[in-house]
Formats: sequence, C-alpha cells, structure tokens
Amino acid sequence: MIAPAIPDRVGRRWVALAMAVLMLATSPSVAVEPSEMLKDPALEARARAIGQALRCVVCQNQSIDDSAAEVARDMRRAVRERLAAGDSNNQVFDYMVARYGDYVLLKPPFKAGTLLLWLGAPLVLLVASAAILVAVRQRRVAAPPPPLSERERERLRSLLGG
Amino acid sequence: MIPELGHFALILALVVALVQGTLPLVGAAKGDDRLMALGSTAALTQALLVLIAFAALTQAYVTSDFSVVNVVANSHSAKPLVYKITGVWGNHEGSMLLWALILALFGAAVAIFGANLPDTLRARVLAIQALIGTGFLAFLLFTSNPFERLSPAPPDGNGLNPLLQDPGLAFHPPLLYLGYVGFSVTYAFAIAALLEGRVDPAWARWVRPWTLAAWCFLTLGIALGSWWAYYILGWGGFWFWDPVENASLMPWLAGTALLHSAIVVEKRDALKSWTVLLAILAFSLSLLGTFLVRSGVLTSVHAFAQDPARGLYILGFLIAVTGGGLALYAWRAPKLSPGGLFQPVSREGALILNNLLLCTLAVTVLLGTLYPLFLDLLTGNKVSVGPPFFNATFVPLCAPLFAALCVGPFLGWKRAELWPALTQLRLAFFVSVAAAVVAAAVVDSRSTLAAVAFGFGVWLIVGSIVEFASRIRLARVPWPESLRRLRATPRAAIGMTIAHGALGFVVLGSVATGAWHLEVIETLKPGEKTHIAGYDVTLQRVENVQGPNYVAERATLAVTTGGRPFTTLQPERRLFVVQRRQIAETAIQTNLLRDLYATLGEGDPNTGWVIRLYLNPLAPWIWLGAALCALGGFVSLSDRRLRIGAPTRFRARTAGPGMTGGTRGPRSA
Amino acid sequence: MTRRLLFLLPLASLALMAGFLAWSLMAGRDPAAIGSVMVGRPAPRLDLRALRDGDKPLTDALLRSGKPVIVNFFASWCTPCLAEHPLFTRLAQRDGAVIVGIAWKNKPEEARAWLAKLGDPYLYAGLDFDGKTGLDWGLSGVPETYLIDGTGIVRYHFRGPVTEKDVTDVIIPFLKAKQ
Repeated sequence: MIAPAIPDRVGRRWVALAMAVLMLATSPSVAVEPSEMLKDPALEARARAIGQALRCVVCQNQSIDDSAAEVARDMRRAVRERLAAGDSNNQVFDYMVARYGDYVLLKPPFKAGTLLLWLGAPLVLLVASAAILVAVRQRRVAAPPPPLSERERERLRSLLGG
Repeated sequence: MIPELGHFALILALVVALVQGTLPLVGAAKGDDRLMALGSTAALTQALLVLIAFAALTQAYVTSDFSVVNVVANSHSAKPLVYKITGVWGNHEGSMLLWALILALFGAAVAIFGANLPDTLRARVLAIQALIGTGFLAFLLFTSNPFERLSPAPPDGNGLNPLLQDPGLAFHPPLLYLGYVGFSVTYAFAIAALLEGRVDPAWARWVRPWTLAAWCFLTLGIALGSWWAYYILGWGGFWFWDPVENASLMPWLAGTALLHSAIVVEKRDALKSWTVLLAILAFSLSLLGTFLVRSGVLTSVHAFAQDPARGLYILGFLIAVTGGGLALYAWRAPKLSPGGLFQPVSREGALILNNLLLCTLAVTVLLGTLYPLFLDLLTGNKVSVGPPFFNATFVPLCAPLFAALCVGPFLGWKRAELWPALTQLRLAFFVSVAAAVVAAAVVDSRSTLAAVAFGFGVWLIVGSIVEFASRIRLARVPWPESLRRLRATPRAAIGMTIAHGALGFVVLGSVATGAWHLEVIETLKPGEKTHIAGYDVTLQRVENVQGPNYVAERATLAVTTGGRPFTTLQPERRLFVVQRRQIAETAIQTNLLRDLYATLGEGDPNTGWVIRLYLNPLAPWIWLGAALCALGGFVSLSDRRLRIGAPTRFRARTAGPGMTGGTRGPRSA
Repeated sequence: MTRRLLFLLPLASLALMAGFLAWSLMAGRDPAAIGSVMVGRPAPRLDLRALRDGDKPLTDALLRSGKPVIVNFFASWCTPCLAEHPLFTRLAQRDGAVIVGIAWKNKPEEARAWLAKLGDPYLYAGLDFDGKTGLDWGLSGVPETYLIDGTGIVRYHFRGPVTEKDVTDVIIPFLKAKQ
C-alpha cells in the first residue's frame, strides 16, 4: 500500500483500455449496480460471494465484484444468469475457468501446480515444530540440570531460612 | 540554484556515507579510537546533508519550480500547499529521498542516543547503517535523481495523482518508511553483533528500543494505509491482500517475532542466533517490499511507476544486504554460545511457539505473494492468489497464536505448569465462549467461523485484562497494595498488556465489519428514500461543487431514525481536472461502535444516482486497536530500563572479560 | 555438520527467491498477462447477428470451412483498434485472409461508420452488443484476435493489438501453413 500510480510499463497491453480501467478502478460507482442484482436475495447473496472469489481479468488484483471494468460487469451478469438457471456455485466457477483459466479464481485450485502454495506453510510449521521438539529434548537429555539462578538461590535461601 | 545545492548535498552525503561505512569498521577491528569516533561525526554530518537535500526538493515543490523534472511530473501550481509538501514523497524519486533521509536520521539517532554502547559496537552499527545508506544514495544519484532539470520549464506541472491528495495517504509513506528503515538499525546491530561474535542480554536490551520504535511506526503506517483503503475505495473493505499490502505485512510479522524472541535473549540469554536471524530478516523483508512495489514484477493497485532497470538495482541491493547478512550469519552464528536451558512448557517455550506461528504466517504471505510469479516462470500457468486464499490459510493459523497469546504471560521462565496458568484464565475463557455463543445466536447464525473469531477477539481482551489484574493481584490483596504494585509495574509490562489487548480490538473490528456488515445498493432520485438498519436515508439533492483543483458531484443524504433527524451524509464524486481522474469521497458517520458509510455512484436526474450505504459494525475498532497496539509499543519504549541502560545487577553479571570498555552506566542528559 | 548446514538454509532460500526475481526481471515477464485457455481447443460457439445490413448471421460453420480464419474483436471506441486496423486491411487485400470481425459492446451504426471511414477488411462482420459472445471466447477487452485452423481449433490468441511483427512472424506463416 504505497503510493498508487499508473504504471508506465506498457509492453503490448492496451494503453487506452488500461488507462480507462485504472481511471475507473478507484471509482466505486460502477461495481455491482442495482440494475444487475437478482430479485431473490438468497441467490443474489450467492452471486456476491462468487463475485468476490472471481478475479477481474483486466484489473489489478480486484474481484469482479469490486471492479468497474466492462468485462467484470459481463462476468457478474453471467454469474447471475448461471445461478438463475440453477447452476451450483462450483458449476459457475467451472464455467468461468473454462473461459479464463485458473487465473480467474482468487483462491487457486488445489492441484499439482499449486501443491507448494497450499502445503508450503504447513510444511514449514511441521518441520520447524519437529526440529524444535527434537532440539529441546536432546539438550535436556545431554545437559545437566541448569544451575539455579541468582533469584532462585535467593528464594531458596529465604524459604530455607523461613 | 537551490536544486543544485540539494543535488550537491546529496553527492557530499554519499561521500560521507562511504567514509562512515568504512573507516569506523577498520577502527573497530584495529582498536583505533579516533577512527571509531569518526562514525558519530560522520553520521551527524550525513543526516544534515540529506536533510539539506530534502529541504531543497521541498522548496522546489512549495515554490512550484517547474524547471525541475520531478516537480513538473508530480505537482501543479493549483494544488493546496499541504499536498505540494506531501507531493515530495508522492513519487518514486522523492520517496527514495525520504527513505535516505530517514535512514540518515536513524543513523544520527544511534550516534546521539548510543552513548551507552561500547565503542566498537557503536562504530560497527554506524558503519553498517552507512553502508546501507551508501546503497540508497547511489541509487538516488545514479538512477533516480530528483533534482534533474528541464529546459525550457513548462508553464505548469502534470499534478499529483489525486489518490495521493488525501490526508490518509499523504502521511502513510513517512510512517511506513519509519518502520521499514527503523529495522535497518536492528539489522545493523545484528551484523555488528555477528562481527563482534557476541550476542548477550545487554545486546538485546540495546536493540530493543530500535526494534520497538520501528515496529510501532510500521504498525501505524499499515493501519493508516488500511484506513485509507477503507474510506477511499468505497466498498467498505479494509484489507485486500494486495501484494503491496503483503509487502508491508511481512516485515511487521518478522518484526513482531523479533520483539518477542529478543525478550528471551534479554532475560535468559537463549535463542541468540535465532534472534539475530530475525533481525536480519525483518529488514530484508522491508527491502523485499520496496523491491516488489517498485520493480514491476507484480501487479498491484498501489504500485509505483515501475521500471525494470530500477528493479534490477534494488534487487542487487537486496541481494547484497540480505545475502551479505545471511552469509555472515551462516559463518558466525554457529559459534554463538547456546543459551540457558528450559522446558517446553515455560515462558521461553511460549515465546518460541509465538515465533514459530508468526514466522509461518510470514511464510504464508510470502508464498501467496510470490507463487504466481514462480509458477508462471516455471510452467507458464497463470494463477491468482487473493483474499479467499489467505482467509483459508492465514486466518486459521491465527487461532493457535491468539489462543497461546494470553497463556504465555502466565508461564514462568525455564519451567512452568500449564494447568495453573489455564485456571487463572478460566474467567477469560468462559467470557469469550459466551461472546462467541451470543454472536452465533443473536447476530448471525450462518457464519459459525465468524462467531468463533469474535470469541477469540474477546479472549485477547479479557485475557490481557486478567493477566494485568493478576500482576497487580487485584482483588486478592487490599486495594492500596494493588495500587502500589500498579505503580511498581514496569512500563514494558503495561505496554505488553495494552498491545495484546489492542490486538483483540483489531480482531473484533475486522470480524464484525467483515462478516456482519449490512449493505444497501440502490438507485435513488432526489426525494426518494431507502432504509438501512433502522435508519431512513433520503437523497435530498445532488449538486455540483467546485474544489481547489477538482470539480465534484455532491449528494446530500438526510438520515433520520424513528422520524427524528440523525445526521447528514455528503458523499462526493470528484473529478480532478488536471489528471482527468475520478475519485470517490465517501461520507462516514461514526459513533465508535459502528460506521454509517455512504458513497455516491454514477447517475443523472432522470434515472437517479446509485447510492451505496453500509453499516459496518465495530469498524473503527480496527484502526483504534492498531493505534492502541502502537501505543502499547511506545509505552514499552518508555520503560526505565531502556532509558537508562542496564540495571546494576545485570551489569555485574554480563560485563565480564572480553567486553570492550564502554560506559554502560546511567546516562546523564 | 548438519547444524552448520542449518545455518546456511536462510542463505539458500534467499538465493532461490532472488534467482526467481532476477529471472522474472530479465525475462521481461509481464505480470499483467493473463494467458489464454482457448488455444488448442475448438473455437467457442458463434451465433451472432450480422453487423452489416443484409448479411447473413454468423454461425459456427464459418469456423470449420477447412480454411484458416482470423477472428478479430474490435470496437469503434477502442483506440488501440485503430493501430492494428491497417494490418487487417492489408492481410485481407494482399494475403487474401478470411477475417471475421466482431464489434464488441458497440452500437452497430457507430461500428459501421468506423468501418466506412477506415475501410472494411472483414469478410464476415458480426455484432456482440452485450458481450456474451466475448465472454464465451474468454475475451478480456478489445482488441483481441484469434487464429483458427481449418478444423475449427484455436491456434493463437492475441490479447491487445496485433503488431507488424505478429503479422510477419505468426499470422502469415499460419495462413500459409494451412492452405
């Protein structure tokens, strides 16, 4: 969260579209709009939840729910159409992945390519805990009991002395 | 003329930094007092020179000197004065100059407040600090010169990114940099300790104030950034797991771990090499954050103007600093003597658990941030890692951390019994379970997880209060005795209680806002009405207003409750004329228990305007909690033992042979 | 010895990470690139009304004619589309390429006026007014261009304007190879 600015890196991206997207990206007015919303509140709530888990493909780390981009609007509408047609949440996600790939999921699927992403941190936790336990145990066995600290000795004296 | 003066001061600063980065090191190795003493003089000189350079650039901004490229690119004469000043660091070059300035100021602070340090340690710390400074000053001068001139000077500038023309974001970078750069001192202490080959309780006590200060500023910086996102982005979110946010969270996590592990070094002379490693990592992660934001390797809403060439430089610098530090670590750390022994269930054990979990959290954030890049390079597959991933991985890991957080302070050093500690906390346990049950039953029966998380927030607050009450033996001994104990409680302990409890407020605010906010999105014409949580909201009018450098549409929303007027909300949509960018100005009414939050969307008189209303329960607690957390750090910073050096008993024990003679007694002044 | 190796672990992790970051910078990886899952798959459904009055609607049959087809999404409001337009005109006239143009989120009269002004390289032109077809094609914006072989399989997907280099390096060889 440092200073936002328009990246001056262009490559083969669409300058104009990117600018338009960036200009709109911070304007909240054009995310989910009343006209898009479903009548059925339960279905609309599902649509919102799904929308927050789908990435706007032309934005920078925004969900389609938060995005003003044209394609995000289309995707929101498609989500609602699929839901209205009776699709399950997973079917809607599959529908989007078939068109935009795993990229569109803000929570990457658990598969071979993302194994390390999902299991990396738990693995670190597991290995480190094991290493710490072993180290503590070894040192406890190898080393003589620690000598009393000054405070403890003092306390012992005061206890013995009554 | 003045810009040239600034440029010249910057060049001189680089020369001074080079001297400061080398001669004191030689002096420390040879035991040459004069060379070592050079460190302090050079540090003060360097700080003065960078300050002159910074003042020169500020002057160019304030007077709108459009012969300076940087001013043309990032300022405009019609901008309010305060944003002309904050505009100095609202761009790549200027913000790097701010980095260098803060770095030099921290160096000067070490020179001024480090009178109680042994001479060799101070000389080495200042030299390492200067070597880091050399890197940044060279970066500025050779790749990002803020004083570059332009001829002929254009009549006016391009203006500052409107998003930055906002009090929250204007002061977010300085705070963040105070945090990032503050960790450079910790890093310098770690490297100096490795060079000296000794890490002991005295060292831990010297490092502590710097770590604490850096941590407090970083906490405030992150909180300010999150608050900004909350009120500017317009949909009530406050943390988006964006790479740039993650970049600031990683050093914070490492710094928090460092604060805790350094306590073990200080009290028990254990965990030494681990603490040194954390000190190196906290600063390395700060540099990594800088790299990620400026190199363009990742996309982010918040990224700076990005440039791969600069990216390569920062990466090289990152490798030099981190790699150098870690190589020295691999070489010298194994020689550090192992510290005191302890049982798994003990204060040390609890702090190790804290470190283990905090570091796992940092690894989670690091993997999540960089994995898309790794996978793309290796396989060409594109994936996105966003909030749902972190909610599924980061958040569950917080549970054991929070659970253990309240128990730790009840455990004694070396060996302790778990059960007595837990029985002391039974009140906190029952209160938090009750809170979770009430939350689940009354507020929201759908999200059990939110209710559990809410219970954890309550646990942190009540657990901290119980810990403090037991410390002063409240209600167990007569009142005057408790009061006496309260007065005798070290500030560090008070600070800990505040910071731990404050974390509870952050949790409560985040959970309540995230899970239980209410939202109404409607198209209203003037005179039309909608409802949110007992409030009637009427759109009275939408009018055009003229700002200093923008034009805006402003809606006036009259809020009534039970028929009586309650408040008026005036959200705006501003169009910044120079940059042709639209920014939403949300209107927030808060009573510290909830925010009533309104934004104005697109529309016209015929179709009406899109109005979004949110009721965010406990939202203010997120930032109040974070501020309180930092306050806890500052209270701890004011602890007597950090102000006046080592207490006598400790000095007798640690100042053995091999300790180079430094004055370590109470400082006058 | 293993203890010493343990102390080298942080350095090794840094080397790994720094290696990736350097690789990313040197390779000029575009972090905004989103890739395409369309390549190698049968072209998505096509069922559009024609942009030009009197033309027949566009259907899947166009894409399975045995000849390679270029499908180009454009819009009259899109500035980068202006940049690539002459390349398509040349491809149609000089190389005889079959180009299907689809106006995306465009008022038909505006799209027609745009083509009237700049020249019309499209053998078939359709209108995707609501963006539904674009969504089926995994479109992220305009302009985007797909190369489809004679059997109806998508072989290339360009996001953003096609460049001169793309034409000589990819499009022309593609058209020649399949004829």
